[in-house]
Amino acid sequence: MQARRLKTAIAATAVAALAVGIAGCAESDRGSSGDSGGKTGGTFVFAGSGDPKNFDPIFNDDGESFRPARQIFDTLIQNKPGTADLVGALAESWEHDATGKVWTFKLRQGVKFHDGTPFNAAAVCFNFDRWFTMKGAAAQSQMLYYGDVFEGFAKNEGDATGEPVYKSCAAPDDNTAVISMNRYKGAFPGAFALTSFSISSPDALKKYDADSVTQSGDSFTYNDYGNLHPTGTGPFTFGGWDKSKGEITLNRNPDYWGEKAKVDKMIIKIIGEETTRKQELRAGTVQGIDFPAPADAAALANDFNVIARPAFNILYLGINQKNPKLRDLRVRQAIAYALNRQQLVQTKGPAGTKVADELMPGTVLGYAPDVQKYEYSVDKAKQLLKEAGAENLTLNFYYPTEVTRPYMPNPQEIFTALANDLQAVGIKVNGVPRPWNGGYKDDVQKLGKHDLHLLGWTGDYNDPGNFVGTFFGREKAEFGDGAMTDMFAAIAGADGTVDEAGKKTAWEQVNRDVASKWLPAIPIWHAPPSIVVTKNVKGLIASPLTDERFNTVSLS
Amino acid sequence: MLRVIVRRLLQLAVTLFALSILVFVWLRSLPGGPVDAMLGDRATPERRALLVKALGYDQPILVQYWRFLQRTLVGDFGASTRSGDSVLSVLGRAFPATIELTVAAMIIAVGLGVPLGYLAARYRGRMPDNLSVVGTLVGISIPIFFLGYLLKDVFTQHLHWFPPSGRISIGMDNTHVTGFFVLDGILTREWDASADAIWHLILPAATLATIPLAVIVRITRASVLDVLNEDYVRTAEAKGLRAKVVRQRHVLRNALLPVVTTIGLQTGALLAGAVLTEKVFNWGGLGTEITNSISGSRDYPVLQAVLMLAAIVFIVVNLLVDLSYAVIDPRVRVR
Repeated sequence: MQARRLKTAIAATAVAALAVGIAGCAESDRGSSGDSGGKTGGTFVFAGSGDPKNFDPIFNDDGESFRPARQIFDTLIQNKPGTADLVGALAESWEHDATGKVWTFKLRQGVKFHDGTPFNAAAVCFNFDRWFTMKGAAAQSQMLYYGDVFEGFAKNEGDATGEPVYKSCAAPDDNTAVISMNRYKGAFPGAFALTSFSISSPDALKKYDADSVTQSGDSFTYNDYGNLHPTGTGPFTFGGWDKSKGEITLNRNPDYWGEKAKVDKMIIKIIGEETTRKQELRAGTVQGIDFPAPADAAALANDFNVIARPAFNILYLGINQKNPKLRDLRVRQAIAYALNRQQLVQTKGPAGTKVADELMPGTVLGYAPDVQKYEYSVDKAKQLLKEAGAENLTLNFYYPTEVTRPYMPNPQEIFTALANDLQAVGIKVNGVPRPWNGGYKDDVQKLGKHDLHLLGWTGDYNDPGNFVGTFFGREKAEFGDGAMTDMFAAIAGADGTVDEAGKKTAWEQVNRDVASKWLPAIPIWHAPPSIVVTKNVKGLIASPLTDERFNTVSLS
Repeated sequence: MLRVIVRRLLQLAVTLFALSILVFVWLRSLPGGPVDAMLGDRATPERRALLVKALGYDQPILVQYWRFLQRTLVGDFGASTRSGDSVLSVLGRAFPATIELTVAAMIIAVGLGVPLGYLAARYRGRMPDNLSVVGTLVGISIPIFFLGYLLKDVFTQHLHWFPPSGRISIGMDNTHVTGFFVLDGILTREWDASADAIWHLILPAATLATIPLAVIVRITRASVLDVLNEDYVRTAEAKGLRAKVVRQRHVLRNALLPVVTTIGLQTGALLAGAVLTEKVFNWGGLGTEITNSISGSRDYPVLQAVLMLAAIVFIVVNLLVDLSYAVIDPRVRVR
């Protein structure tokens, strides 16, 4: 009330004084409200932490770009709300042939894109073919997930190489899309649920020149489709992005094929600073924020609903076997025994954090409950170091600064705790802090300067290859050039197993061997990232993949 | 007068050229770069190498600078590595936001600073003077970052008088004409939007105004004290002129010259202070662009352009200040 009075006073004095001379010099763009009237109505405001790159999902790979995209678009397959399991979305069902190379999707009928054009098999093929035949080195370089999953284009441009996984798409009828691959890949079907592979309206893609990505000096410039006219089938339509205010507006799609949005409008307000996001939440101007610092979660829980997502990530301590001492398995095992991970979880982990025994979450296919575990034991660690003749070991321990990640909310504190554990068994630690975007990743992933390092991963989709395969599927400077070729081969074999049961068995064995034979990294924890909403927000289903769809949200 | 302006513009060109080299080399000497930010967590050494080559970052820095200069000279300032928006459109959005904030801060600083400084001088050694000395010391010494959070905490979280951040209420349907939200509301007769924008301006402008306010109070006080001791003031008083006339015509006018100089110099300080203030209040101006471009994305084109623009503003404002001397004090002859 005080604020309102103050505002009124300001309006009456300052504005009136200024207004007399210049009022009415320009036209107001305001129209009638035009609200369509949702089931419960209202506007749900969520605070994002950064600008999306644009709204064409194929050119995006980050959470801030995916948050609006997930409301505007659908994929053929989606993650079941609240889990990492797959359910039908634009495809009601799917199957592959015995080779795993031909995928047949039975499509949902009666779905329309936001521009009113029908969704059908031809639209699916148009999208897949668009990605495969994308022209221009600039455009191809920005299709990161496509590059990861499909590995190559019809014509690789620039210096890109890679044999494409995708072969063709056929539409025998309106409701059947058949996607053929050149080879089987374990990433499917999970990868079909990636937001990057959302299905856009072919008409809109053509009309707004979606493939036009040009290099302009040091950067890439996108087209009207990605900036102004993203057109999908999702529960919200794109209402606009006011960059001077940092607001993305999404309007309820009254014709959505699934559960229609309960609010009339959703606004994603970009607020870069975490403290300010919390203050806006407390002021009631936003109703949701993401990834609160673990230290704040308890205080926020007094006044808000702090929802911990099921953890779908891993923090690990990487070991670089470029250092000859670390090529000795006994030394790596000694390091594993030296770490008091249970205490670390209790003192530094966000609520709900669990000690990790494997380098992927327990919900992923191929998780083996019987891997070798490394319970905290100073005696065993010292014994192993003695046996390996590494009692006077000195290690350069790299850790990142100026960054938080859902799996690593407080790198400095994690480093300090782990370094103390290592020193307790006689390992001398040289801590090397490096800024995340200022050399850390270069030093660790490209140059391999470190002996130990902290890193982690949030899963993109439910497949062991997306975790263990990503880390250890090939030789990387991050883990050194130790002779781990048998590990690469085992992972390639598991990833190439078509049969579901065989795949499970193969990955279980890989996980056992990773823990006992190879130990290229030590799993630390799985930390559930939280999402916070005001008490009047109902119906939000938190996703382990941060794949929240806000159509279920209502405001009481 | 014209010669002075031409000479200053030439100086501006030379300054910008030197600054462009400095900024260009400095940015590229920082560890990391836009490629890592573009690729995110999925950056592999191979993919990074491809993009580095595609963007020309593998070329010698002289070659990179030459390409940059060629593009800049034909009006192509490039695009943001974060959003792909042209640098001009980024500046078009951010510049009015910062100018709106700094003008508001300057109005507060000058509007309060000159009268307070005058009062402090007039009542030298008494309560108003002592209060102003202490107040200005606090104003100069308190870090803007801290003050911003303090004001926010008190006025937005406890008293709930002001909004915590932003330039206008979330969801406010305001028409953009000039990019200055207060002005736009007046131009389009969207009075509520204009009032709302002023409501959002008060805390950040007060935060940003602290240092210039303190400096202006001190300079005004010192300047007025000097003038009060001048013979012509004594003469005017002895002539029997009314005190009000002496104050306005003889004291204040003569005391204003160093104050105007200070205002010009403080513009630079305001632009620097805006970086912190905008971060605290999520303002979305040049300061926000600088912060985002350095800390997150190493957005070279935007950072380069923003720093150059800040230099232009600083130089132009100081040119205007120099020119204003002649208006304020006819004795000054600009050569």
